Amino acid sequence: MKLWESYHIPSTTSEALALLERYQGQARVVAGGTDLLVEAKAETHAPFVALIDITRIPELMSLEVSANEVIIGAGATHAQIVKHPVLASRATCLVESCGVVGGPQVRNVATLGGNVAHALPAADGTTSLIALDAQAEVIIEGQRRWLPLKELFLGPGKSALNPARDLLVRFRLALCGTRQASAFKRIMRPQGVALPILGCAAWVELDETGQHFASARVSIAPIGPTPARASEVEAQLVGQPTDEATIERVAHWAQAALHPRTSKYRATADYRREMIGVLLRRTLGLAVERARTGQAIPQGVGL
Amino acid sequence: MAELKITVNGQHYQRDVAESRTLAQFLRYDLGLTGTKIGCEEAECGICTVLVDGMPVDSCIYPVWKAAGRSVTTIEGLTQGDELHPIQRQFIRHGAVQCGFCTPGLMMTSCALLEENPNPTEQDVKIALKDTYCRCTGYTSVIQAIQSAGREMQGLPPLPVNDPEVSEPLRVISRSVMPQEAVEKVTGAAKYTDDYVFEGMLYARTLRSPLPHARILAIRTDKAKALPGVRAVLTYEDVPGENLHGLVYRDWPVLCHDVVRYVGDAVAIVAADSEDIAALALKLIEVDYQPLPVVADPIYAHSPEAPILHPNHPTGNLLKHIKVRHGDVERGFAEADVIVENTYRTPTTEHAFLEPECSVGVPKGYPGHDKLTVYVGSQIPYQDRNQIARAMGLPEEEVRVVGTLIGGGFGGKEDIAGQIHVAMLATVTGLPVKMLYSRQESLIFHPKRHATIIKIKTGARRDGKLVAIQAELYGDGGAYASLSDKVMTRATTHATGPYEVPNAQIDCYAMYTNNVPSGAFRGFGVTQSAFAVEQNMDMIAEALGMDALELRRINAQRVGVTTATGQLLRESVGLLETIGDVQQDMYAHHNGSGFRWAWREGHKAYGWGVACAYKNTGLGGGAPDKSEAEIEAFEDGSVEVRTAAADMGQGIAHVVAQCAAEELAVPYEKVRVLLCDTDRTPNGGPTTASRQTFMTGNAARHAAIALREAFTQYAAELYDVSPDSIRYEEGLLRTNGKAVEVGEIVKHMKAHGVQPRTRYEYHAPATQPLGTGGDMHFAFSYATQAALVEVDTETGEVHVLKIVSSTDIGRAINPLMLQGQIEGGIIMAMGNCLSEAFIIEEGKPWSRLLARYKMPSIKHTPHIISRLVEDRASAGPYGAKGVGEIPSINTTPAICNAIYNAVGVRVFSIPVDQDALLRAMKAGQKAVYTAWQDVK
Ligand SMILES: Cc1cc2nc3c(=O)[nH]c(=O)nc-3n(C[C@H](O)[C@H](O)[C@H](O)COP(=O)(O)OP(=O)(O)OC[C@H]3O[C@@H](n4cnc5c(N)ncnc54)[C@H](O)[C@@H]3O)c2cc1C
Ligand code: FES
Ligand code: FES
Repeated sequence: MKLWESYHIPSTTSEALALLERYQGQARVVAGGTDLLVEAKAETHAPFVALIDITRIPELMSLEVSANEVIIGAGATHAQIVKHPVLASRATCLVESCGVVGGPQVRNVATLGGNVAHALPAADGTTSLIALDAQAEVIIEGQRRWLPLKELFLGPGKSALNPARDLLVRFRLALCGTRQASAFKRIMRPQGVALPILGCAAWVELDETGQHFASARVSIAPIGPTPARASEVEAQLVGQPTDEATIERVAHWAQAALHPRTSKYRATADYRREMIGVLLRRTLGLAVERARTGQAIPQGVGL
Repeated sequence: MAELKITVNGQHYQRDVAESRTLAQFLRYDLGLTGTKIGCEEAECGICTVLVDGMPVDSCIYPVWKAAGRSVTTIEGLTQGDELHPIQRQFIRHGAVQCGFCTPGLMMTSCALLEENPNPTEQDVKIALKDTYCRCTGYTSVIQAIQSAGREMQGLPPLPVNDPEVSEPLRVISRSVMPQEAVEKVTGAAKYTDDYVFEGMLYARTLRSPLPHARILAIRTDKAKALPGVRAVLTYEDVPGENLHGLVYRDWPVLCHDVVRYVGDAVAIVAADSEDIAALALKLIEVDYQPLPVVADPIYAHSPEAPILHPNHPTGNLLKHIKVRHGDVERGFAEADVIVENTYRTPTTEHAFLEPECSVGVPKGYPGHDKLTVYVGSQIPYQDRNQIARAMGLPEEEVRVVGTLIGGGFGGKEDIAGQIHVAMLATVTGLPVKMLYSRQESLIFHPKRHATIIKIKTGARRDGKLVAIQAELYGDGGAYASLSDKVMTRATTHATGPYEVPNAQIDCYAMYTNNVPSGAFRGFGVTQSAFAVEQNMDMIAEALGMDALELRRINAQRVGVTTATGQLLRESVGLLETIGDVQQDMYAHHNGSGFRWAWREGHKAYGWGVACAYKNTGLGGGAPDKSEAEIEAFEDGSVEVRTAAADMGQGIAHVVAQCAAEELAVPYEKVRVLLCDTDRTPNGGPTTASRQTFMTGNAARHAAIALREAFTQYAAELYDVSPDSIRYEEGLLRTNGKAVEVGEIVKHMKAHGVQPRTRYEYHAPATQPLGTGGDMHFAFSYATQAALVEVDTETGEVHVLKIVSSTDIGRAINPLMLQGQIEGGIIMAMGNCLSEAFIIEEGKPWSRLLARYKMPSIKHTPHIISRLVEDRASAGPYGAKGVGEIPSINTTPAICNAIYNAVGVRVFSIPVDQDALLRAMKAGQKAVYTAWQDVK
């Protein structure tokens, strides 16, 4: 059965906004459709009156790298991000998380903006964007502005964007410089839905000696109802030596301090707590090594 | 509608296209490029993959307007003129095509990979094809085919074909000839049911019960009937004949009347001018239900307080109590030095054949159709005809069933799906009517593998000899009987394992519940009992301090053994040889460094596990089992074999062609096969119970022998020579220095009014019903497998690295395609062990999306080493017996035994849950009784 009636492909944001306005809440923004159309299939409600495809708006499709920063259009696909050499070495966790979403067919159309706008607590791309402290440019109620990514999320599947009115335009994040690096890993199970049991992205900055954490950002998901930083864990790292003992201690500490939940057909809280430790050890260890050597080659892409 | 500009396979189109179309719909239904298949519409299976500007995408969720101005390549665009693309050629060459339904998707995904990287490693292939599924092949041949194609594209020699070793090949038999219709399957020309289009055809949909158990108080169809474009809305009142169907018990309403018994029960059907109108009409049908208490599990079903679901069934919710009694178990256990007793659980599982069910009904009188005709990809065309005729109130001769290609079945296409519904709608509307199920509908509707609870006690003496087995099995039969009786009988009779067990007492309770019905699924109940039997065996070995293979060797069935059903095994019991093979290959893995059952490397634990299996060939149990085939020769020297024996990808078509070619000494390429048309092909019987090679292979072989004898008689008279002097080779008949083409003889025969056509009805050796002793089955296949697993002790994740297998199939008629059955069976069984469970919550299916039911993908493919044992079955064609099911029986317990050996935790419930496994390891517990579906 058809899932939508009309299909529009605007070429500017203002055209897109005008179309949304014209349909008065009856139209939906679509990018790759890998969340929207698959979910629509699962439900039995009436077809969408109109879909507004944002993937031919140049502003949303850009991927601009400058000296220390990258701007990624909301319509950039997972495949584009994964194949980008600068992102691979300087926003490694983002490439690693985008690289494990779906298979090639899905990554060729699924967008980073869609991953964020869908607002699931454990979407992979989102987890890494949070650790990279990304900003998002949005147009909400016609007002264009930048805001910290985490402010976009209101609850599971709920964002500040009204999908029948607003647009997510692009993301901005700082690229890793000297003594900075990141890593992402997740735990999946071979059964059930394609969402991680737990995902973890870590960004670290080492001090001049390379022996201590100068700063750290960690995002572990799902823990709360929305994607968020594990700031207590970060605080435990800063100033500490970058050795195994620190990581082990922090991993232990985090297992006790964080309270993941049991979710049906995904994982028990106990298992997730174990995985907090495993993932922190694996990602922090890797990020430290990358920061030290200045070499970062994404792992696990496509698997 | 608006004007779309798009390029497809190099051709520019500019035409009005509905904005609501997906790319897949546009290609299939607007352009008629039906090579692109639809399997799920969830971006999950990948078989709809096409290239957009060279990039693979899932066309099922890709809006066609997204492709505006772009260039699309489909399977039809791979061929250059008549020349196959290297990918197409290599898929055929490596035997990577079975049912063919996934083939276009696999090839398009591979095409994109090879454009970028013509030298892919196995890992590269796995990454590229991770989300492009195949349910038949098991992927090993697919990986090789892709690598070979890449080499061919660079002018390098392709990889060798993984053709297994066989003994005493004949001229065509035991040769890996190309399967029938392989070229059609790789070019997209092959036609499955949804690829059929008839002028004026209507589209049908089914209204299904949203409740697991309810009384129907009223059904109102007026609003639906009034919707423009709706041609018919039918309910139980409109069933012209008997409103029941069912293969063993006729207990399943065509359309529910007073009660619905599961979520998915059919209540009304609609035919309309388009699918969208039909779907809209369903929403306008009003049904008043009064919910009734739900019987959600088989043990509750057996309790006195459970409501009775089928009041006419004499034993209430107990569909059948099945018993095996052999010797005296009490005395047996008294002799035992060690006894283990455990309870195992297996979940409901889903076939997930990649082609959802589809039927097309064409009314009598429609051009080219002199009777009511149903086109369907069904495993049992003649039984379909019978069931359609009874429901339509027609004599069987007034119904014709035409079998189309089948995109996988595995047992899930034996029961009636839409066949009767389209017959009703076509008759009422006077027009052809197509009913295609969506994946989501297919998931909730069709019968599944039985969930079971198996309590089993095994006793052995110190020397390893088994002395007794006692077991109690509960099988969740679901809302209707389907094949539960037969399936659970097989679970029961095979619950001793392939061993000599002097004393056995096995009771099985097949129960009605309000869950989705259970029926046939590759392995037919034995998959479940083997999970229990073979883990108990390992526990006995451990308790006795004995090698797990040695214990099996001591007890293995061999010639002279009497089974627990009282059958004396007189021949063709190759189990011991399979055990030896597996031991050798398992040891060879450690070449020289000494075999170890388990070891550790860092946080990874490794372990080997083994399991044996056996599986009957044919219906057995006293059921008359027969198959008929017809062979006709033509003036051009070609031959046609006709039989209604369904080929769902397993390959009966090439088996009968090989039998005919062998006996008639004509080249294999000269043999055509016509399958499954109840007006033109005699009854080959059901494709079930691994029976077709044996049964229809024999029918074709005997028909061919009869035809050859007819040639000989005729030629002897014609040339005035002794019949004994006549020899056949390569399409020629030789006598006294003379060589005549077979086609010449045909011409002579026809000129004299003799039809060069023979029919043969093959009857299987007689069998006895359970409980009467004697031969319950006429042949068994045997197998041993070993699994090497890696368990991550930090996360509990389990990976199967290697499967070593040896299978006694009597004779490999087509070694390469048989290898495909084995590899495919193993991978399917890995899904059974590690990922698959169809979850039903209080009668309501949670697994109503393919996204919630994970079958193995190419990335799970382990290294498979497979050997064949050919212990001939004297009555089988050239000594062959069944292979369809045997490979998918012992993989599950082999993996679970390996997990135990690796980490010391025994898994009593599948699919293996890494979460529970890890928690058990951390807590020092030795057993896990819950599975993934228990994580709540
Ligand atoms: C087989 C498969 C496997 C998957 N595996 C994973 C996985 O492992 N991990 C994971 O995290 N996800 C996974 N996904 C989910 C999915 O691919 C991602 O969430 C994807 O990033 C969504 O992007 P999209 O472009 O397809 O979004 P769409 O489906 O087009 O849109 C998603 C939502 O975002 C809104 N939206 C999209 N773009 C904008 C915009 N620019 N402005 C405003 N609103 C917008 C839409 O209206 C909609 O509500 C999987 C999906 C499939 C089908
Ligand atoms: S992914 Fe498109 S049909 Fe399954
Ligand atoms: S051949 Fe792949 S699904 Fe049948």
